[in-house]
Amino acid sequence: MTFALETAEHPEKLRRVAIEPISRVEGHGKVTLLLDENNRVHQARFHIVEFRGFEKFIQGRPYWEVPVMVQRLCGICPVSHHLAASKAMDMIVGATLTPAAEKLRRLMHFGQILQSHALHFFHLASPDLLFGFDSDVATRNIVGVIAAYPEIAKKGVLLRKYGQEIIRMTAGKRVHGTGAIPGGVNKNLSRAERDTLLAEIDQMIAWSRDAVELIKKVYTERPDFHSGFGFYRSSFMSLVRADGAMDLYHGGLRARDEHGQTIFDHVDYGHYWDYVHEEVRPWSYMKFPFIRSRGREEGWYRVGPLARVNNCDFIPTPLAEEERKTFTEFGGGSATQATLAYHWTRMIEMLHAAEGIQELLLDDDLSGTDLVAKGERQLRGVGVIEAPRGTLIHHYRINEDEQIVRANLIVSTTHNNHAMNEAVRQVALQYLDGKELTEGLLNHIEVAIRAFDPCLSCATHALGKMPLEVELLDAEGVQIDRRLRNSGEACGV
Amino acid sequence: MTAALLVFGYGNPSRGDDAIAPVLLQRLNALELPNVEFVTDFQLQVEHALDLVDRELVLFIDASVVAPPPYTFTRLTPQQDASYTSHEMSPAAVLHVYQEIHRTPPPPCFLLGVRGEFFDLGAPLSEDAEKNAEAAFALLRELCANPRREEWENRLS
Repeated sequence: MTFALETAEHPEKLRRVAIEPISRVEGHGKVTLLLDENNRVHQARFHIVEFRGFEKFIQGRPYWEVPVMVQRLCGICPVSHHLAASKAMDMIVGATLTPAAEKLRRLMHFGQILQSHALHFFHLASPDLLFGFDSDVATRNIVGVIAAYPEIAKKGVLLRKYGQEIIRMTAGKRVHGTGAIPGGVNKNLSRAERDTLLAEIDQMIAWSRDAVELIKKVYTERPDFHSGFGFYRSSFMSLVRADGAMDLYHGGLRARDEHGQTIFDHVDYGHYWDYVHEEVRPWSYMKFPFIRSRGREEGWYRVGPLARVNNCDFIPTPLAEEERKTFTEFGGGSATQATLAYHWTRMIEMLHAAEGIQELLLDDDLSGTDLVAKGERQLRGVGVIEAPRGTLIHHYRINEDEQIVRANLIVSTTHNNHAMNEAVRQVALQYLDGKELTEGLLNHIEVAIRAFDPCLSCATHALGKMPLEVELLDAEGVQIDRRLRNSGEACGV
Repeated sequence: MTAALLVFGYGNPSRGDDAIAPVLLQRLNALELPNVEFVTDFQLQVEHALDLVDRELVLFIDASVVAPPPYTFTRLTPQQDASYTSHEMSPAAVLHVYQEIHRTPPPPCFLLGVRGEFFDLGAPLSEDAEKNAEAAFALLRELCANPRREEWENRLS
C-alpha cells in the first residue's frame, strides 16, 4: 500500500535530494526528495533507524536490571525509558505501587517532561519561530537566540536545569540513576530536598506561563501560516486518566479520529497489540504502527503533546487547563490539527508539569518510607507512559530463570513515523514543489520534522562524524551540489 | 566548595568506543585526586554551561572518530554552533552558552578527543580504543597532577 508522494512511478528519471542526517542518531535520519527537471516533487520520504538493536541487546539480562539498562537507549529521554521499563517490571513482580512510590515516580516524570519540553522549545524550536524558517542560517540557532533574546535563552537553560535537579533527587544520581525499581522506588525525597525544589517552583511556573504566552503570541500573529504549515488531518492516540483527564504517567489508551470521534477508549494497555499493529515498509528501517480496527491505510495516527491536549477532556491543573481551553477554542479549533501546534501544546504541557511538580512537592507522601510492593510473579510485563514525545510502550517477556527472552519497544517517534512522513510530503508540496531549492526552503522540511521533536538520538556520539549534509544529485546519481551545515568536530555519531 | 578543576567525560557506556570517556573517568575517580570534580553524561547540553561556573580549569573528554590515534589534546574557545537538533552540543558551543549567559569569558577549557572506531550498541571497547585510552590515561594523570593552564598548553597536540 502506498500514499500520495510516498513512492514515485519512475524514480530512475528523477533528481534525488537528500537531507541527511536530520539528527545525530543511532544510524541516522534523512529526508530524500525525488524531483523532475522542473523541480516538481514526485516522492518525499523521511527515513529513520530505530531501536531494534536494543531489543536484542537486552535479551538474556535479568529483569531487574532492565530499568537501569534501558537508560542507555537514549541520552535525551533516559527517564522515560527508565519509567516505562519499571512499569513493565511492576507487572512482572505483580506489584501495585504504594502511594509514596507512585508519587515519587510521577515527580521524576514531571521533571523529565519539564526539562525535555524546555530544551526543545527554547533551544530547538525557538530559532525557527523567532527568526523565521528561512532566515540567515548563521543565526538561526540557539546561539542566535541567546544573542538576540538572552532572557529567553537563559530561562530555557534554568528550566532544564531545574528538571534535571528533580531527576537527580528522585533517581539518586545525575545520570544512570536507579530511582525506580520493580515494584516501587529505592529512595524518597528528604524534607531538605523538597524545600530546595519548592524554593524555585514559583519561578518555574512563571517562566512556563511566559513560554505559553510567547508561543501563543508567535502562533496567533500569523494564524493562517502557522495553522496551514504542513497541515493534514489525522487520528490521535494517548493515555488518559479514568475520568478523562490528561495523565502523563498512567491511564488507559484513548484514540480519536480526525473528526474527534472515539475509536477506542480506556483500553488496558496490557493488551495494546489488540488495538495497535506495526507494518513494515521496504524503504524504511522503522515500522509504521496503525490502529488495527481502521486498517493500514486509515489507521495511522499522531502521538505527543498535540495528541494529548486534543484527546484529554481536561488538564487537572488550573493554569494549564485554562491554556488548553484557549488552544482548543482558538480559530474555531483551527489549530487542533496543525503541525506547528505541537509547539503550543508542548508549552501547555510544560506548564502542567510545573504545576504538577508544585502539587507533589507539597505532598508529605514524598517523604514516605513504604516504597516497594510485591505480588505474584508474572512472565510478561507491559509498561506504557506518555513520554515527552508521546506514547512509549515497553513490553517484556521473561523465562523461569528471570531473564528477558523477548522485548518489544514502540517509541513515540515510531508512532509518529507515518505522521512525520505526511508532514514532510505536505511541506514538500506546499513550499518546494516547482521551486529552486534553497537552504531556507529545505529548512521548512526540518521545521516540520522538528515539530514532533523526534528522538532519533540514542546517545552515542563521537566527534566529527555527523555534519548536516544536503546533496543534490542528478538522475544518474552524480553530485551536482553539496552543502554542509555543521562540519569539523562539532557533531556526534 | 566548587573544585577548581572540572573533568567532564561524555559518552554512552553501552555503545562500544563511545564508552572511552566514562571509562577514563572511572579510572581517574579511583585515584581520589584532591580538588577535582568528575562529571559524566551521555552528551553535552545547554545546562552543562552551568557546570563551568567558578572553575579554574576544565577538561572535556570524548571519543573521537577524527582524532589521529591515540588522541588529540586541544584548547577550546567559545564558538557558535550551527547544531540543528535538541540532541547534543559541541563543547565549544557549551562555552559560548556560558559566555552569553554570564557575559564573561569561560574558564580555560581543553578537549581530549580519544580516537574510537566502533560504536555498536552493547559492544565493549575495541582493542584499538583500549590502547588509545591507555595512552590518554597517562596524559590525564599528568594533567591532573599539574592543573595549570600554562602546563596544559605546553602539552597541546
